Amino acid sequence: MSTTHFTTDHEYVRVDGDSGVVGVTDYAQAQLGDIVFIELPPVGKKIRKGEPLATVESVKAASELFSPVSGEVVEVNSALEKTPAQVNEDPLGGGWFVKLRLADAGELTGLLDEAAYETHVQSL
Amino acid sequence: MLDQPKRDLADAPATFTGNRGLDAEELLLFEIGRAETSGVDIDEPSPFESCLDGLERKQPIGLPGLSEPETLRHYVRLSRKNYSIDGGLYPLGSCTMKHNPRLNEKMARLEGFADIHPLQPQSTVQGALEAMEQLTHWLLTLTNMEAVALSPKAGAHGEICGLMAIKSAIAARGESETRKTVLVPQSAHGTNPASAALLGFEVRAVPAGPDGVVHAEAVEALVGPDVAAIMLTNPNTCGLFERDVAKIAKLVRDAGGYFYCDGANFNAIAGVARPGDFGVDAMHINLHKTFSTPHGGGGPGAGPVVLSARLAPFAPAPLLIRTGEVLRLKEDAEGTQAFGRITAFHGQMGMFVRALAYMLAHGGDGLAQASRDAVLSANYVRVSLRDLMSSPFGDRKCMHEVLFDDAWLAGTGVSTLDFAKAMIDEGFHPMTIYFPLVAHGAMLIEPTESESKASLDQFIGTLRRLGERALEGDAALFHGAPRYTPRRRLDETQAARKPVLRWSKGAA
Amino acid sequence: MRYHPLTESDREAMRAAVGVADMAELFAEAPGGVYGEFDLPRGKSELDVERHLARLAAKNLSAGRAPFFVGAGAYKHHVPASVDHLIQRSEFLTSYTPYQPEISQGTLQVLFEFQTQVAMLTGMEIANASMYDGSTGCAEAMLMAHRITRRRKALLSGGLHPHYGEVARTVARLAGDEIVTLAPDVLASEDLIAQIDDSLSCVIVQTPDFFGNPRDLRPIADACHRHGALLVAVFTEAVSLGLLMSPGEMGADIVVGEGQSIGNSLNFGGPYVGLFATRHEFLRQMPGRLCGETVDVEGRRGYVLTLSTREQHIRRDKATSNICTNSGLCALAFSIHMTLLGEAGLRRLARVNHANAVALKDMLARLNGVEVLNRSFFNEFTLRVKGDAAELVEKLAARGVLAGVPVSRLLPGAGLDDLLLVASTEMNTNEDRAALVAQLKEAL
Repeated sequence: MSTTHFTTDHEYVRVDGDSGVVGVTDYAQAQLGDIVFIELPPVGKKIRKGEPLATVESVKAASELFSPVSGEVVEVNSALEKTPAQVNEDPLGGGWFVKLRLADAGELTGLLDEAAYETHVQSL
Repeated sequence: MLDQPKRDLADAPATFTGNRGLDAEELLLFEIGRAETSGVDIDEPSPFESCLDGLERKQPIGLPGLSEPETLRHYVRLSRKNYSIDGGLYPLGSCTMKHNPRLNEKMARLEGFADIHPLQPQSTVQGALEAMEQLTHWLLTLTNMEAVALSPKAGAHGEICGLMAIKSAIAARGESETRKTVLVPQSAHGTNPASAALLGFEVRAVPAGPDGVVHAEAVEALVGPDVAAIMLTNPNTCGLFERDVAKIAKLVRDAGGYFYCDGANFNAIAGVARPGDFGVDAMHINLHKTFSTPHGGGGPGAGPVVLSARLAPFAPAPLLIRTGEVLRLKEDAEGTQAFGRITAFHGQMGMFVRALAYMLAHGGDGLAQASRDAVLSANYVRVSLRDLMSSPFGDRKCMHEVLFDDAWLAGTGVSTLDFAKAMIDEGFHPMTIYFPLVAHGAMLIEPTESESKASLDQFIGTLRRLGERALEGDAALFHGAPRYTPRRRLDETQAARKPVLRWSKGAA
Repeated sequence: MRYHPLTESDREAMRAAVGVADMAELFAEAPGGVYGEFDLPRGKSELDVERHLARLAAKNLSAGRAPFFVGAGAYKHHVPASVDHLIQRSEFLTSYTPYQPEISQGTLQVLFEFQTQVAMLTGMEIANASMYDGSTGCAEAMLMAHRITRRRKALLSGGLHPHYGEVARTVARLAGDEIVTLAPDVLASEDLIAQIDDSLSCVIVQTPDFFGNPRDLRPIADACHRHGALLVAVFTEAVSLGLLMSPGEMGADIVVGEGQSIGNSLNFGGPYVGLFATRHEFLRQMPGRLCGETVDVEGRRGYVLTLSTREQHIRRDKATSNICTNSGLCALAFSIHMTLLGEAGLRRLARVNHANAVALKDMLARLNGVEVLNRSFFNEFTLRVKGDAAELVEKLAARGVLAGVPVSRLLPGAGLDDLLLVASTEMNTNEDRAALVAQLKEAL
């Protein structure tokens, strides 16, 4: 049974046990525009909450995705190399970026649940 | 005059060729040329014994050739698809698209300048060295600085050169391990932080105030023994004079740091005010901006760097030295503190001659007039549009360029980009858009001193009419623009997602 | 002043509109205000500017006025009249970087063709829209290799042009990277392969090298790849690519060189044009501008600058390089000249260059006091002379012959004072060769 948590910076982490799938939200992909390239971290990389995890490039801008939680990269979505458009088309599904092994489940309490995130987006 | 649209091309049937009158559809060279064709007649050498040790090319290159008339036609047709300064006003902020005098081209092509080799005996090129010496004199007089490094090949290259001199000066004081930070405003051109990062500096942002300029207090909070330098553009990229510049320079220098000035906007003050008077340690000068050398579709440029007395000893090789009647380039760093070399040979001589011709034609008086006209024109544009277009810092006197943002377009469905594309159909190259980053949907307009008042009035009038159309809700006009150009809006997403960077045999 | 369209009445009207009585009000924030009278002469008429600059130009001995054998990284070739004519068309000369592609298709298509020509010549998959010159391109190639391999140490062959080496060492030192340069390698006899190990990001080798020797890069490429390093191949004489095996064919990973020989005058060292090519897999690490193919909203093929997210105006401190300008007009000149030459013309031109150099070598072989050191060469070789080569060059210059470049000019204090680099292009006639030989004979 997985639960999805969000940040005010429009990243999400879908948690199942000690595994977390990280990506950007629909709001984020709309803001970024057509995505042309994603730079993903190497498997095995250890990351702390708030550190840059990946870089997203659209035609005119490059943005960093900051990790919502601490952990170790166990898998990356290499399909994004060929079809970065997946992030625009299916950000919460096939457009996932990275799967992490969570280091500290306690960090999740600081994140927003779906309802709180929706409220946040409405206010923007 | 600008009341009604003049012509409507709704009734425009397609042509067989795809050509539209003078605008021709021109295929790629590789689609029209042939490997066996050449537009150059060269006699085959008489038989001889080759001396290549078996490293001869065995594979064909695949290059096509064209005869001379085909070549002329190919490139003339391509040229007709380009906007140019000779063809119209280019209000590109930060680029200084002034007139490129043809005399400069003639002078640069004098055989005594164009047909000399950088490594001929120096005794045979004293005239070239004297031209470099004269250029040095003009640049130092205009800036009140101590020395100039002529060799950087572009403004960004000049930034690297200036920062390298700063890094070397810091090393000479034994402070390399402590002074590792460079302060850069958010409004700075991207080359500034890129140059600093290349040299291993950590870049820290300096905030600007709500009035668009950097306040001395903000710098005071950031200076310390860890700061190597501050990089400021003055006038800044919002077109405003950094009025605290002298105070900021003093703060940085008193804390042991250096002041790098990005001279991209020198056209506002050349011949009027001197950067050396505000405490600059190093400043690159874009000869292709302030001094009219042609932009050539993207280059070549030249970015000589003027240096203060503190940095002069570290200027890179080559150094130009006069001993009595004789000029000499010292090409190695032996016996000097020169930080090294940043390019082969001596720099962009072709651009030096062009810039010198420009300076001689203007004189000190003409250069000052150019700066005054540039500043007056920008302010004239500003006051003529301020009731229509919004500015991020409110309406205030600007220097040689004026900055608007997109707040005034809110709710119209017309973005800065859409507005720019509509200007193209009206026959204008758009202004600089989305730079500086500190303004939302920035529109940075720099008319330069090369525009007549009639030209400025037409430009202003056009922007007014377009602005009114946007506010009236005619978003479709803007979204479909441009319509009258050789190509309409191009798919940049596809170009980035599926990069095709060359023609290949078998390509569709 | 003839370049300023505003008249006094225009200015008065504009000042009134702006609301200032005096221009000094608009400069009030400059410390010290308006400076005042600069110690600079007043503006000159066009005629007077011509007189002034012609006087300076006349003090220089131009290459066309003397038997000319100077090379060492810049070469005198014949540029067809059409080239200079075309680059002076307003739409090429006075246009800006093609950031608005709808009104820059001329520039963009030229860049696309240029990139293709460079890729073909170098035997590589992709090329960029030009660098400032070969030497800065070489330093950028080194930094690119560091980014790709995540190692920060480069090895420079002793045959690399000394200026190129100095630029690379300057950049390496100030960026905090390691660099090793082998001793000057006059006879192409260095054991480069023995120095290649897993600490290197790249090995930088020039061919033909500074002393004129064409190098077989194949074994060096193999050694590099065995150790996870990249081979950066450098050239300073683009015409050599018409006759010699391309660096790409020989296994280079990045190829960078000077394009001045094609379409561009000597210009006392600048502006020149850097050629930069690499493999598709390294695309995102490539510095400089890139032009790519796409379509417009009507489905027609067109061109745009692309992959700008590598560049400074977007990535700022995370950019692949800080480069903004390329060498647009010089790249255009290169491309036009290459179009005029075509494959057939370039190959013929290269053969003539080589033939002339061979003829000169044969003549010099019969002269006492000089020795051609190269076993192989393209259009430039190294001559060992009796005595000091620099003095010899001065002597011959005084007699109106520009005999070449003394190696000591670029490698002072290296014990190579008796070596002279002699280049021979299609510009040299029999009379030129005879004059050189005669003057050498007399001087030695």
